[in-house]
Amino acid sequence: MSKKITIDGKEISFKDGQTIMEAATEAKVYIPHLCHNPAYEPHGSCKLCTVTVNGRSCTACTFPAADGQEIINSSKELADDRKSITQMLFVEGNHFCPSCEKTGNCQLQGIAYHLNMLDNHYPHFFSDREVDASHPDILIDHNRCIFCSLCVRASQETDAKDVFAISGRGINKHLIINSKTGKLKDSDININDCAAHICPTGAILIKRTGYTIPIGQRTYDEKQIDQVTLEKELNKNG
Amino acid sequence: MKQFIQQVVENNNFKPVRLLAILREVQSKFLYISKDAIEIVAELLNIERTQIISVIEFYSFFHLQPRGQYDILISDSITDLMMEKQSLIEYLSTQLNVEIGTVREDGLVSLGNTSCTGMCDQGPAGLINGYALTCLSKQRIDEIVSLIKQQLPLNNWPKQLFQITDNIHKTNLLLETEISQGEAIKATLSRGITQTLEEINISSLRGRGGAGFNTAMKWQFCAKEKELERYVVCNADEGEPGTFKDRVLLNSYAEQVFEGMTVCSLIIGSKQGFLYLRGEYLHLYQQLQSTLQQRRSLGLLGKNILQSGHDFDIEICLGAGAYICGEESALIESLEGKRGIPRNRPPYPVTQGYLNKPTVVNNVETFLAAANIAVSGGKQFADLGTEKSSGTKILSISGDCQLPGIYEYPFGTSIKDILIHCGAEDVLGVQVGGPSGTFISNQEFDRKIAFEDLATGGSFIIFNNHRNIFDLVKNFTHFFAHESCGFCTPCRVGTSLLKQQLDKIVDGHGSAGDVIALEELCQIVKNYSHCGLGQTAANPILSTLQRYPEIYQKQIKDISFEPGFDLDASIETARQLADRKDENAHLVQVEQ
Repeated sequence: MSKKITIDGKEISFKDGQTIMEAATEAKVYIPHLCHNPAYEPHGSCKLCTVTVNGRSCTACTFPAADGQEIINSSKELADDRKSITQMLFVEGNHFCPSCEKTGNCQLQGIAYHLNMLDNHYPHFFSDREVDASHPDILIDHNRCIFCSLCVRASQETDAKDVFAISGRGINKHLIINSKTGKLKDSDININDCAAHICPTGAILIKRTGYTIPIGQRTYDEKQIDQVTLEKELNKNG
Repeated sequence: MKQFIQQVVENNNFKPVRLLAILREVQSKFLYISKDAIEIVAELLNIERTQIISVIEFYSFFHLQPRGQYDILISDSITDLMMEKQSLIEYLSTQLNVEIGTVREDGLVSLGNTSCTGMCDQGPAGLINGYALTCLSKQRIDEIVSLIKQQLPLNNWPKQLFQITDNIHKTNLLLETEISQGEAIKATLSRGITQTLEEINISSLRGRGGAGFNTAMKWQFCAKEKELERYVVCNADEGEPGTFKDRVLLNSYAEQVFEGMTVCSLIIGSKQGFLYLRGEYLHLYQQLQSTLQQRRSLGLLGKNILQSGHDFDIEICLGAGAYICGEESALIESLEGKRGIPRNRPPYPVTQGYLNKPTVVNNVETFLAAANIAVSGGKQFADLGTEKSSGTKILSISGDCQLPGIYEYPFGTSIKDILIHCGAEDVLGVQVGGPSGTFISNQEFDRKIAFEDLATGGSFIIFNNHRNIFDLVKNFTHFFAHESCGFCTPCRVGTSLLKQQLDKIVDGHGSAGDVIALEELCQIVKNYSHCGLGQTAANPILSTLQRYPEIYQKQIKDISFEPGFDLDASIETARQLADRKDENAHLVQVEQ
């Protein structure tokens, strides 16, 4: 007999060793997430995928599925709190969607739309962050970094390099580049690296490609993030 | 420089797990860790430079820019503030001609604040080049200033400046029972390992760090793991403000703590133990090393302990200023030479801890108790305390009382009794368990110290009726924002937002909706954070808001909204540049 969990009343089978997120995705249940990408070791830092498991808050991307778990993924409370967490990410950095090349393709923005986030709610930090345009093909705008660490993991796990790392503590957390000068141009990164393309926001961009697809015809202009993500992640798993 | 670093790295056997120890030495020698030093260490350890930079930027005691030859940090604990710490640091700043938070131009001195240094019973306290300074007064500061002016090396400074006393005021089972060297190990060997574990089980000992997990169960889980390479870790990263009992235990009861660790190693089958000592307790490092050395020479550590065939040794690892490393999985990361980021759980340390091997992490006091139980059996211990909290608890009492210091009580002792013993009068309330614990008001003094009522890792801070609640709430809330590791969104951003929002209210800029907004924010930080730090960071606000809603309401302005952004303050630079001090150079934010 296969083991089962229920998410919002829906019964879902899972295999041993699967996380709640993996089981949910296979069953076409969308749990919002930003720092998780099924191609990499789960990280569990953005906390958007928090669900209630038998009454306790758990991070779906890292928490193992176990027989009989009763999970709540859709509730007003969770939706409100996920929105608050997204708002925290917006006020922490400097995100100006209308002038960002990534608009319409940005997962942070996509999640914000999905959660019906209409304002930033919290006061802005106006943090002083840099732009590193030193590399001929790749640009880093630290203003838009949300510390999902996907570029760190992609560089290590897929590209077999170590171009990025997370440094600093608390609110002073920041992304650093592995090169003598600290600049991207002096690192090992290459335009074909997975790490150059994995950023969910507009923090790491490929130069001269920002407007090849016009605004209005971009990923999340056409479909909601839940649909896009499920299609993409089911494909990867299949 | 290259030669020095080469030697340091060699002394640490080229092991990347020893990164913190290596960086400590480089920092201490060159007063910072330069880019060149980073490149050299990276090459010698064969690790990425980014790993080193990220470690330096994580721990408060490592720096990428030079500190002064005399680097002074003053403890920012609430108890220090209550002892006029602020005026002392300002006096020090004037006398030394150095701004707080900076290095003097000639590089001789630097001055800053640091989180609680564990000297709350003898504050105001601080650190100079990592060594603890206690009982600071104007007079002591004058002395320090004159020594710095003479540029006398720290070694030649009068010893009384660094004198630290134990201040043990009340003893019970653990602090009264003397154990001779090797007694607990011998008792364990003669009784048998399984039987000794059973004694610990009978004692119902629970972890003394605060969370209270059953010790026998933890050890048994670890002993049952398939992987045979196992580790014992003693958590002496006593960072919870107001806690200092581990400092005293390691100063005067270290033998018994090591004995307890060795008993644990016998039970779980471990060959290597670590004492993770917080950086603030650097003053204990040498004497603890000597104790370990002596134990080795007596055959109580090392190969074939007391001819039992069991090998076990203990290594001391120093922290470098990060409260989060008291969290057991963050501590393990730190032991591995990394940033102290709490791991995802499961797996738990008992299955995958240090180097992903089964690891028991226990508090200093837990090992002390384990040694006692190994000698005297579990019943005597279990007879003390309450049904759910057996044995005694060692408290670090500080704040408004006549006799701050160490008190050992059986669990179940009431707050009222404790307050009488330490000579506390006219009490407003007590912070039990430090900032992450609970603030109780003077209506609740019948409550008891116990896991089922008021759990505490040992911190017990008393406030009298002259104190302002907001002073402590502000201090604690700022503390958490400073110590958040930054891993997860709700804690990283949330603790900083809590600080802003609380300050807005306390400083008199709050409007009607601001207390509600504060409370909502507290719930997000509490419910969604990754680890105990974030989950408890809102406690100071929540527990005072619950008890004294009226004092929050009193701070609120009679207007419906005031923006968090301070317009007038934001043009201060412009005013300075234009040399304008007149009224017309100020803006009114909201029409009154």
